[in-house]
Amino acid sequence: MSSITTLKYTLQLADNVLIMGQRLAAWCGKGPILEQDIALTNISLDQIGQARSLYQYAALIINNMPAADKAHLFNAPLLQEKINNQHTITEDDLAYLRDAWDFRNCLLVEQENGDWAYTVARSFFFDRFQYLLFTALQKSTDSTLAAIAEKSLKEVQYHIKWASEWVIRLGDGTDISKEKMQQALQARWEYTGELFAMNAIEQAAMQANIGVDVSSLQQAYQQQIEAIVNEAGLQMPTAAWMQTGGKNGVHTEHLGYMLAEMQYLQRAYPNMEW
Amino acid sequence: MITVDNCWAYLEEVADPEVPVLSIVDLGIVRAVEVDSTIETIRVVITPTYSGCPAMDVIAMQIKMCLLSKGAKKVVVENQISPSWTTDWMSEKGKEKLEAYGIAPPKRKSAAPLGLFEEDAVTCPKCKSVDTQLSSQFGATSCKALYKCNHCQEPFEHFKCH
Repeated sequence: MSSITTLKYTLQLADNVLIMGQRLAAWCGKGPILEQDIALTNISLDQIGQARSLYQYAALIINNMPAADKAHLFNAPLLQEKINNQHTITEDDLAYLRDAWDFRNCLLVEQENGDWAYTVARSFFFDRFQYLLFTALQKSTDSTLAAIAEKSLKEVQYHIKWASEWVIRLGDGTDISKEKMQQALQARWEYTGELFAMNAIEQAAMQANIGVDVSSLQQAYQQQIEAIVNEAGLQMPTAAWMQTGGKNGVHTEHLGYMLAEMQYLQRAYPNMEW
Repeated sequence: MITVDNCWAYLEEVADPEVPVLSIVDLGIVRAVEVDSTIETIRVVITPTYSGCPAMDVIAMQIKMCLLSKGAKKVVVENQISPSWTTDWMSEKGKEKLEAYGIAPPKRKSAAPLGLFEEDAVTCPKCKSVDTQLSSQFGATSCKALYKCNHCQEPFEHFKCH
């Protein structure tokens, strides 16, 4: 199996959790009550930790590749130059030196936090997907990816519990909380279709038995989401059109602003440490 | 030359930086210790508690410093994430130390995760009342949840079953 496939697949998995974790981290100090502020930053920390394990693995793959194979990996000139100059690449290089079009995260995770209901809805849709994905990824023939999936899955179970309880609490709350939760579910649902639309990287990874056939997870996903939505007394959201693009590097405008903030320090002061 | 048994005893001296009452051996994160006398190298395999645990780098450094100070020539610390860490690996001695320190230790086996709106019944480490309630499943570190005691009115932390 080609190491390029493993690399790209690993990066896509990493990008999803990094961007989701960075979004949730923006709630730090702004949560409605202290306990929920801490909840979101804890979930964020788990996700950024998962991203670190994945980026470390991706960096290892890059560093072990023959020079010819890695001459055109990324569009971002800063990172590609570093690779071409035979520098040892680290997890930080992959997080901080790639531009938006090099990121392969799904559109869902880069959407803005919005209000509490929007944040809950996005996590509710994403965490459920991660649960199914990591459960399947534990069977990957790539032992590193299987191990990261096994470890992450335990953490995702807390995340799902948190998001599902909030959907039920708001749906089953006041007229206003119900209306807001319903609105947020409806608004974010159009980003869920992309989760199950296989891109070329996922196809190649699946054929090499290292990746998951995400299209096969959709039915279980739909059922599990619907069970919670029903329990919350809400209507299952519908979408006439599902948005796609993020997994192929075509993002909404929100990602660029987020990366500008996240990457600022390494861009302005390269190799800065503290 | 340091033996494997010596090493395990020395590692009892390395504290978890976030819960200093526990050693890394109590916590169950030391998975293996090997001594290769031909190349005078000690290999210590550790496993992270949670993916995002910021203490892992510090712990690796402390292991090296501890063993080097005991006369080791070379120490290699490796990270192994599978099988993933569980509180089932925490020693009974460690659980007693936690309780005495004011943190309710994990009691339940970790195999079955909690259902929606379900919470662990936890005894207050201060007044031993069972009349306690969960404030948040998430606490000051990834491994702890926040509780309060309805009897003595004190808030306390619970080391989550994981």
